[in-house]
Amino acid sequence: MTPVNSTETLIGIHDLRVDFRVDRTTSFQAVKGISFDIPANSTVALVGESGSGKSVTALAILRLLPKENSTVPAGSRILYRGRDLLALAHGEVQKLRGADISMIFQEPMSSLNPVFTVGFQLTEVLTKHLGLTGKQARSRAVELLGEVGIPEPQTKIDAYPFQLSGGQQQRVMIAIAIACEPKLLIADEPTTALDVTIQKQILELIADLQKRRRMSVWFITHDLALVGEIADYVVVMREGRIREQGRVEQIFEAPQDAYTRALLLCRPQLARRPRRLPVIDDFLKPGPLVGRDIPERSRGLRGDEEIILEVRHLGKSFYSREGLFGKKEFKAVKDVSFKLATGKTLGVVGESGSGKTTVALTLLRLREASSGEVLFEGKDLLSISQKEAMQYKRRIQIVFQNPYASLNPRFTIGQLLMEPLQVHHIGSSEGERRDKVYKLLEEVGLPEVSFFKYPHEFSGGQRQRIAIARCLTMKPEVLICDEAVSALDVSVQAQVLNLLQDLQDEHHMSYIFISHDLAVVKYMADQVMVMNEGEVVEIANSDDIYRNPRHPYTKKLLSSIPQGWRGRPI
Amino acid sequence: MTQAAALSSIGVRRAESPGLWILAWRRFCRDRVGLASFLIVVFFFGLMLASGLHLIAADWSKEVGVNYAPPTFAGPAISDRSSAPPHSSRSESAGGLNPADPLADVLAEIRAESGGASIAEVEAPTLIFGGDRWGRDVLKKTIKGTETSMFVGLAAAALAAFLGTLFGALAGYYGRWIDDFFNWFYSIFTSIPYLLLILAIAAVLNQKGTVTVILILGLTGWTGIFRLVRAEYLKHKVREYLQAAEAIGASHMRRMFVHILPNVSHVVLVQLSLHVVLFIKSEVVLSFLGFGVGVDTVSWGSMLNEAQSELILGYWWQLVAATIAMALLVTGFSLFTDALRDALDPQLK
Repeated sequence: MTPVNSTETLIGIHDLRVDFRVDRTTSFQAVKGISFDIPANSTVALVGESGSGKSVTALAILRLLPKENSTVPAGSRILYRGRDLLALAHGEVQKLRGADISMIFQEPMSSLNPVFTVGFQLTEVLTKHLGLTGKQARSRAVELLGEVGIPEPQTKIDAYPFQLSGGQQQRVMIAIAIACEPKLLIADEPTTALDVTIQKQILELIADLQKRRRMSVWFITHDLALVGEIADYVVVMREGRIREQGRVEQIFEAPQDAYTRALLLCRPQLARRPRRLPVIDDFLKPGPLVGRDIPERSRGLRGDEEIILEVRHLGKSFYSREGLFGKKEFKAVKDVSFKLATGKTLGVVGESGSGKTTVALTLLRLREASSGEVLFEGKDLLSISQKEAMQYKRRIQIVFQNPYASLNPRFTIGQLLMEPLQVHHIGSSEGERRDKVYKLLEEVGLPEVSFFKYPHEFSGGQRQRIAIARCLTMKPEVLICDEAVSALDVSVQAQVLNLLQDLQDEHHMSYIFISHDLAVVKYMADQVMVMNEGEVVEIANSDDIYRNPRHPYTKKLLSSIPQGWRGRPI
Repeated sequence: MTQAAALSSIGVRRAESPGLWILAWRRFCRDRVGLASFLIVVFFFGLMLASGLHLIAADWSKEVGVNYAPPTFAGPAISDRSSAPPHSSRSESAGGLNPADPLADVLAEIRAESGGASIAEVEAPTLIFGGDRWGRDVLKKTIKGTETSMFVGLAAAALAAFLGTLFGALAGYYGRWIDDFFNWFYSIFTSIPYLLLILAIAAVLNQKGTVTVILILGLTGWTGIFRLVRAEYLKHKVREYLQAAEAIGASHMRRMFVHILPNVSHVVLVQLSLHVVLFIKSEVVLSFLGFGVGVDTVSWGSMLNEAQSELILGYWWQLVAATIAMALLVTGFSLFTDALRDALDPQLK
């Protein structure tokens, strides 16, 4: 099942299966017989959502699967230059790892050892695998750091990981990975934890290195748009099986498989804004094909809307001790002002550290603001007493980013949803409250049995629905979504975005939609506020800002959006 | 996809709805050593309850055998060596033989009240696990001692866990000066040598008895639990679910005890059972030193205290009985705690 008959094959995967043992009697097939080739001197992208088995496949190639509970049944073969990696002795595989095949991971911060300098970690690889002496290794390390685009490699070589930014750390990881001139570089979601602007730089670096060193890159990601920019071949996986594989232009222009088509269309696009995002089920269930013919929604403010929330000159500083008596001020939010119209959505974009989340938390009084005022129906929320603030608390609510962390694991869903009702004395009896909760569960699309279940029994998307339902119990007028869909898979993201939109249409809520994903913000927001280093650099109607950005930072941000395959320079 | 993700995706597919405690129980049942030790602990709990309710060993103080009656399996003692001298001293004190005794009538009355049959009863030459100096059944004594020792251990551990959890929760949750205050308090407390502290508190309470021992152990033993609970609270108070609770308007108390406490309860539970073991041992040491329970109660500690003089005379059974009971419970409880910790470890989730 070779996808293409071009150059020489570097790695051939034949009928790979991986089983995980769950307990004594049950096992779970993570990878169910996949076959594909990685040709030499090319970039292959493996695309799939969480649970598709893509990372397991990568670990299987490096023979890094946990031995206690995973097995690769006989019949699976991974051929590397004619040798079966699965049959090699442990020592042989170890020689290949790092030297011929190396890997970079998603979280650069946790992949680097925090107590050693980057130089130490880099030279370690060089002395171990290439047998260089200390001095040779150090000068080679400086060269490598320069090659991956770290400024002043001579001094940065003695830096500790925490002294580098996230992007620089990932560059160091790449430097370590390419130190021994591998034939294959496996990149497992290397940019997912990074900002868009950094993501673009890292992608360019990987593409550049691939060409310069004539190596193969195996790029694992959940984001199909990203793949279009860099890959030569694309393999789409779902639930342990390959759905489709082929050259990048074939995947993007004439996808054969319904799931691939779904992945391409579920993600909000900059150019279009359908009233409702298509979801995976639309494509997988039999029936007439939906997709490109959904009517568009128009967004934006005319200027005469009713204003529900007005923020004036909001500021927030953090202080750290310096010396014995000194205090160092760090301004996380500087003089932020904006207005939120009733029933509309304000999108807030910016890189990490730009103060987006701090603004949200100060609005809710979860952080004490240093200056400014927040007017809600003419009342300054920041100056009223704690007791008075309680009645406003239910009217402004927030959905957090991480659905795995924002639900108390020891509460059942029923308890989670009943709590706000109890705290705010909504509903006259327990029975009435329970009825309300059942109704809400139905509204966010969860079955009634969920009431008795615990959060860990739900997937990420379902958990985010629960978090949204919890906010809705209080019938808020303003809902802040702090990266509410960022941790979700593309298909689930579309469902949650649709849910949020339906709720807004129905209850006429106002949203503050915080995200680093510019396409999602474009889809959801009427107005967009761009933040950088605690300041608002630009605020305008979303169509205007994307068509005609004024501030240079906005331009830079917009230019780093992955364009998909058509935007790819050929 | 990681292995954990694979497991959780299977968990989602299950139709039933097991809570975290039920999952922990299932993991626990898979651990054979843990289950066996759990049965031992349950057995001792049964002993404690039965003895506390006077179902068994209620007549432990009855003098049913000859003094230092040897265990049945060892056979009766050779009369000239062990039974003769104490026998003479005993028959005197047993009364009834001396017509001039001015207290004879009073003693007879007391005996009649406390089960008059005892005089008539024949004193057995051997007892199942031997007898002590007054011919009391060591087996029954051990059961009664189990009741005292376990009760002291459990109550003291509960007190220590309560104090440690409360202080740790306050310090970890509020931080700032409250945290500083408790940390100073903790540092001062732990800087005093342990035995000295115990003796000091014993001197202040100036009263012997079970409650005193519980207070001594409970009031000195909270420090380790405080440290752990404080650390857990520090960790949990910055979690997103707590921010979410704050956003819906939950009060400080609610966040502290309704939201966080169930999430750290496994730590407290494991610490609680570890301290039960520790305090059972401490009670033995205290009683051995003479600061333990009163003379009218029996505990393993007081049994061991008696045993030190007996051992020289070759009467080993009291020592062995108390040691076996204690070793069994302490080992069982420790293994149980270990298994509990493994089962409750949130890392596995």
